[in-house]
Amino acid sequence: MHVDAFNQYHAGESLIHHLDARAKVVVAISFIFSNALLPDGSWVTFTLAWMFLLLANELSGLGLGFTLKRSFVALPFALVAGSAIFSPLGEPLAVWDLGFMTLIPTDAGVRRFFSVLIRSWLSVQMAILLVATTPFPDLIHALEHLRAPRVLTTIIAFLYRYLFILTDEARRLLRARESRSANLSGRKHGGTLWWRAKVTGNMVGQLFIRSYERSDRIYKAMLSRGYAGHLRTLNPHIMRRFDWLILILSLTFLLLVQFLGWIQ
Amino acid sequence: MPVKHQAVHDIRTPLCEGEILQVQDLEFAYPSGYAALRGIDLCIREGERVALVGPNGAGKSTLMLHLNGILGQSKAILIAGLPVIPENYPVIRALVGLVFQNPDDQLFSPTVFEDVAFGPLHMGLSEEEIYQRVEEALAAVQMSEFEDHLCYHLSMGQKKRVAIATVLAMRPKILVLDEPSAGLDPRARRSLIQFLDTLPITMLAATHDMRLVEDLFPRMVIMDEGEIVADGLTSRLMANDSLLKAHGLESSRA
Amino acid sequence: MLFSPTPLHIPDGFLNLVISLLFWALTMAMVGLAISKTNKTLGERQIPLMGVMAAFIFAAQMLNFPVAGGTSGHFLGGALAAIVLGPWAGILTMTAVVAVQGLLFQDGGLLVMGANIFNMGILTAAIGFGLYRAVRNRPRALRLGGIGVAAWLSTIAAALITSLQLWLSGTSRLEIVIPAMLGVHALIGFGEAVITVAAVAFIEQTRPDLLRAENSANGKWGWAVAGMGISLLVVLISPLASAKPDGLERIAEDLGFINAGRSAPYEILPDYTVPLLGETALSTILAGAIGALFVLGILILVGRRMSSRA
Ligand SMILES: Nc1ncnc2c1ncn2[C@@H]1O[C@H](COP(=O)(O)OP(=O)(O)OP(=O)(O)O)[C@@H](O)[C@H]1O
Ligand SMILES: [Mg+2]
Repeated sequence: MHVDAFNQYHAGESLIHHLDARAKVVVAISFIFSNALLPDGSWVTFTLAWMFLLLANELSGLGLGFTLKRSFVALPFALVAGSAIFSPLGEPLAVWDLGFMTLIPTDAGVRRFFSVLIRSWLSVQMAILLVATTPFPDLIHALEHLRAPRVLTTIIAFLYRYLFILTDEARRLLRARESRSANLSGRKHGGTLWWRAKVTGNMVGQLFIRSYERSDRIYKAMLSRGYAGHLRTLNPHIMRRFDWLILILSLTFLLLVQFLGWIQ
Repeated sequence: MPVKHQAVHDIRTPLCEGEILQVQDLEFAYPSGYAALRGIDLCIREGERVALVGPNGAGKSTLMLHLNGILGQSKAILIAGLPVIPENYPVIRALVGLVFQNPDDQLFSPTVFEDVAFGPLHMGLSEEEIYQRVEEALAAVQMSEFEDHLCYHLSMGQKKRVAIATVLAMRPKILVLDEPSAGLDPRARRSLIQFLDTLPITMLAATHDMRLVEDLFPRMVIMDEGEIVADGLTSRLMANDSLLKAHGLESSRA
Repeated sequence: MLFSPTPLHIPDGFLNLVISLLFWALTMAMVGLAISKTNKTLGERQIPLMGVMAAFIFAAQMLNFPVAGGTSGHFLGGALAAIVLGPWAGILTMTAVVAVQGLLFQDGGLLVMGANIFNMGILTAAIGFGLYRAVRNRPRALRLGGIGVAAWLSTIAAALITSLQLWLSGTSRLEIVIPAMLGVHALIGFGEAVITVAAVAFIEQTRPDLLRAENSANGKWGWAVAGMGISLLVVLISPLASAKPDGLERIAEDLGFINAGRSAPYEILPDYTVPLLGETALSTILAGAIGALFVLGILILVGRRMSSRA
């Protein structure tokens, strides 16, 4: 596996790429917040929010369809929302008798179902755009600026740093397992499910110990460079006028969307 | 003749007054009870380059970790005259730059810049000075253009260089390297040797790479089972085949 | 795909604002507590330890094992993290894991991240460590059995609370989502249990000192009581919710939850209006904005306190 499997960042020189990471985080969260706040069935304002997303896509230089292509990760979850169609709160549209239970789709239910899907679909795309235009270390700094607890952001930075190294180690363990999983014809192979799960558990234990020992070595390396329990970070980002401008414009737009959504 | 090292238990005054690194009768056992160091005496003058060799498990890494107090305090070690006790840790950690064997353990920040800045930042320097030191250190290892790169994107040789830069940025008086050439391909290894040769700084390196020892280190210390068994000119010790063989070593020409 | 979205990572849009913010507040309070607790017990070692452990959980989730018909058991890791690291460090570790899954891989949303962390990090830690704490000093067979039950139940509990959140948000019907989620996770939980037990047994054999070191600091019985209490609730609610969803629905309705689920956070303000402006659209919007600002204010205050304590 290539290290870049963990790098969702797409380098670029666009306006969005150069925007301060804090501004981007705030806009993305506000966008998601705004979607959650819009009432069910406010199709016009959902479309406006989508326009906003498309504009951001375009300005990022990644292309209009960039996030669209990657936006279907949440789809399996749509199954879960499917049952909302049968919400008892609206007017019945039909009656489906399945024998063991009777399902009654309602107008409010259908509205709810599609609203949930659209909200989720828009929000996921914004999150995708955020990580595609912001290097992850900058994202962590932005969270620090936005007062996320320092301990947590540092843990996340470590996680990001060692993610690839440990998944690679996990991969090596898997490969070792596979290379010894011989398959003789005429015999039941692979062992029982119980046994397979147990082998996996042993590998997890092995990985744990290796990781633990590594954290010990890292701790020593930190100590030897003057770490004394107090985390310090150097955070060179400054919000420029331009960042503020974009931030305020975006938030104003989202407020407008809310306004339109609620007067309908 | 190799100088056979003997512990000088009866003389309590420093053996080597004024030298930058003085270790006198250092003993250490891990919590498991294993005595990893059994009375180490070692003196290093400013500007000297010393190689530390010996079989696996001899205690080389253990000794190195002691030099800036990672394994706890020890009055048996003086760095520039300062005993290694908690009050002195901040100063000593700035004086002794420890480069670990595996650069993945040493480079724990997401980006190269952040990692090189870690040491200076924790020394409490001003922002300007931090930037200046990071630049300097990366320039010294010829990695300036990698400042914004992610640490996991670097090759092994590049990681080693950055790992050395992380301690150079702290402007140490002594550079302590644990197996600097392990895991490098021949070209990366050669360029590392050339680069280390340009550093005008006291150096102590643990290694199994006898060519590296010959090329870079005029003085050589042999450790085995927690003791220093020989200490002298590299050229002399390398010629002593029976000594090398007795401690699981062989000269680079063998 | 490397990180297939599991049915436990809720995406944005599936929970309404009230539930999302409520669970964010709960999660932030618990995380704040965890930060100050681990600071005391682990001291300066906490940062590298939990950072690498978070990467470990991430990597361990990759080590899925083939079950049948091409599907594979998926490992959650919340119970294991709490057992081997102690509950507070386990919570922080899982918080980082869920945060990165959401931020970097869109596996779980951002606004609902509080709920996701609560379901997969905090609840699993409470059950996982709580039950483990109760059997920690028992004979080996009993201990490992207890760990298995803890891991299985932690998966069930996460599935149960996810279903309840979806239902309270008006996204799913209780009588459909509960049997579906619990059914799937009763199976997934089996894999979780075997892996967790085998991993702990392996660690007990090779480096028993690690388990002792992390747990000595968490010697109190509080966790055992909390863990068993929550487990009991899960055991009681699950069958009730699957068999008699109407009853639960009634309770929620009586408590005013169903309505809260339907509209946004305006319930906080009387009659959804700002008194001076009367019953106009503008008034409703203002009421909504004030409500949202209020919740946001609380969140920011909590956040400030936490970061200053950290
Ligand atoms: N954390 C530890 N706990 C207990 N014993 C240890 C620990 N670390 C090292 N040892 C033991 O101390 C001895 C010295 O180890 P050390 O790592 O210093 O050897 P080394 O000379 O660096 O060897 P190598 O050439 O393999 O790196 C070994 O026998 C080792 O098993
Ligand atoms: Mg060593």
